[in-house]
Amino acid sequence: MLRIQGLTATVDGKEILKGIDLEVPTGEVHAIMGPNGSGKSTLSYVLAGRDGYEVTGGTATFNGVDLLGKQPEERAAMGVFLAFQYPVELPGVGNANFLRTALNAVRRGRGESELDAMQFLKLARARMKELSMPEDMLKRGVNVGFSGGEKKRNEVLQMALLAPKLAILDETDSGLDIDALKVAADGVNALRGPEFSALVITHYQRLLNYIVPDRVHVLMAGRIQRSGGKELALELEASGYGAPQAA
Amino acid sequence: MAAVTETIETVQAATEGTYKWGFSTDIEMDYAPKGLNEDIVRFISAKKQEPAWLLEWRLKAYAMWLKMEEPTWPSVHYPKIDYQDAFYYAAPKEGPKSLDEVDPELLKTYAKLGIPLKEQAFLAGVEGAGDSAADARMPIAVDAVFDSVSVATSYKERLAKDGIIFCSISEAVHEHPELVKQYLGSVVPQGDNFYAALNSAVFTDGSFVYIPKGVRCPMELSTYFRINAKSTGQFERTLIIADEGAVVSYLEGCTAPMRDENQLHAAVVELVALDDASIKYSTVQNWYPGDAQGKGGIYNFVTKRAQCRGKRSKVSWTQVETGSAITWKYPSCVLLGEDSVGEFYSVAITNNYQQADTGTKMIHVGARTKSTIVSKGISAGHGQNTYRGLVRVAPTATNARNFTQCDSLLIGDLCGAHTVPYIENRCLTAKLEHEATTSRIAEDQLFYCRQRGLTQEDAVGLIVNGFCREVLKELPMEFAVEAQKLLQISLEGSVG
Repeated sequence: MLRIQGLTATVDGKEILKGIDLEVPTGEVHAIMGPNGSGKSTLSYVLAGRDGYEVTGGTATFNGVDLLGKQPEERAAMGVFLAFQYPVELPGVGNANFLRTALNAVRRGRGESELDAMQFLKLARARMKELSMPEDMLKRGVNVGFSGGEKKRNEVLQMALLAPKLAILDETDSGLDIDALKVAADGVNALRGPEFSALVITHYQRLLNYIVPDRVHVLMAGRIQRSGGKELALELEASGYGAPQAA
Repeated sequence: MAAVTETIETVQAATEGTYKWGFSTDIEMDYAPKGLNEDIVRFISAKKQEPAWLLEWRLKAYAMWLKMEEPTWPSVHYPKIDYQDAFYYAAPKEGPKSLDEVDPELLKTYAKLGIPLKEQAFLAGVEGAGDSAADARMPIAVDAVFDSVSVATSYKERLAKDGIIFCSISEAVHEHPELVKQYLGSVVPQGDNFYAALNSAVFTDGSFVYIPKGVRCPMELSTYFRINAKSTGQFERTLIIADEGAVVSYLEGCTAPMRDENQLHAAVVELVALDDASIKYSTVQNWYPGDAQGKGGIYNFVTKRAQCRGKRSKVSWTQVETGSAITWKYPSCVLLGEDSVGEFYSVAITNNYQQADTGTKMIHVGARTKSTIVSKGISAGHGQNTYRGLVRVAPTATNARNFTQCDSLLIGDLCGAHTVPYIENRCLTAKLEHEATTSRIAEDQLFYCRQRGLTQEDAVGLIVNGFCREVLKELPMEFAVEAQKLLQISLEGSVG
């Protein structure tokens, strides 16, 4: 279970998160919606441990373990996965090599044996087939020359391979056409189970037609303003976010 | 092959940026008196029982050197070298002999370095090619140079079956004087430059390779250079001749103990490729770089040049330069033969207080000659990295082509990258291209990798290897893996 209590954080000295309280029980998928600039991406970066996102108060634990004191790679080994809103290009680094390095790093962290090149390829091909991705994506440089949709698919492929316990999807739906959106949703739904939790950050209700959340939270002005069931997303779609309520 | 796997493991075992090759071997040594004068030149020549012509050749070089000045144009800075304060000859007391009789201390040293001196059964693809995949791989013939002398050369007999000569240059002087006389100094003359002149006067050993007409060398040849003794310079001389249609791939590696003094390494390498011959020369240079404060380390002042004398001949230089306090080195190609090809692929890393001024010269003389230059410079810490390259096209080099790509990667904000390309074109039909980029390892790249579970150091290694990919892919496979690890180790502690 992901438990966030009173979390405050600053970026460049400016307070962006102003006291987040949120619980995602194990096995549940929660959506976080909210207008631009409300702190959604900041929350995802703080949970993943990015430099420059300074935690000034509060706690965040995953399955009882403190997240905030750990290095990003340690959080990854604990099973925290962030699907980036803007996946990063790594020129000259082969996608297959990157995926295998990442997978083995995470497997080491979990105390599992590393996969050799053949075992990895077999696994990667199987996952790619499930996600209807062309195999040549393995041969190309990481995200180099990928279209926006391909980059997002590549994030979903990484998630499928790394099989995280907690997936944070930061606007994975932005820039995706409907087919790609379904692929992304399938990727998340395939992982759903009693051991898997996800935090799906999105602007639009559309994605939530395919990834049906257990709970929906509204993040505005650095705080969770409202929480509800999946129907809340539909309501927001119809009536907008409205003005932030005083805490 | 197994021995290379060991090397890789040795490299992998290195942690926290320590230089794992920094141990020294305690062995009884034979020294020349300290300092440099004509008597020392005579001493070296006498030690090697050289013929009169070679002593004359050395003395001529020494006379030239006395009149020359150390070059000041490279952008490297160091206190004045006292050439009288070093030993110019240091050799293990027990002279070189057959592989079975090599001093066990030396064998241990090379084993520790991961260098295979023992010959493996040469069975690849013949009978029962080994029990494991590792055994089935191609062996590598090694010439091991320890301070001033070659201590062992493996696979000599096997290579001799194809008429290939692979031995120390001292041995070649005795066994193949006609070849040595014909080619020594024919690519890099004694008076070429300050360090080449010094080398010509006092060179002590190095490798000699001759590949006869039409022979494709059946295995990688390599020389492993080790500086061990204190206050000693290493001056090796390598000469490789590929006769018509011959093909050879040659590797060189080097390490030295950690000492807080600076030691001089001034080598000369000469390559000659005749008609349709091809030489691939790969270097993984890992001399001791000095400590994090810039104390100690090797001064690597090296002259490497190839002549593509023959039509359609080809020389390809690949270098991975991770070590040395200072590197001054421009492996070059003189493209004389029509349709000859020169290539230069380089990765140079400077971390801490290392300085590198390196690049190449491509001299186009023959018609339709082609050259490619790919240089990747990586600067970290207080490192200073300069690419200095010359592309010269003579009026005779009609339709010559050159492509140059120089990329620099900066890690941190205290280092420097400099690119100094010289282009001199005297031929209207030549086509020359030059591309250059400078970039940084971006914070978002590091975070992306770390979010996927890689440590900061692994992430830097991955990004740097990606940056160098075009060069690393030119290395023979086993070397490429080793080079990748080395790049990573060289940069440890450079971020964060």
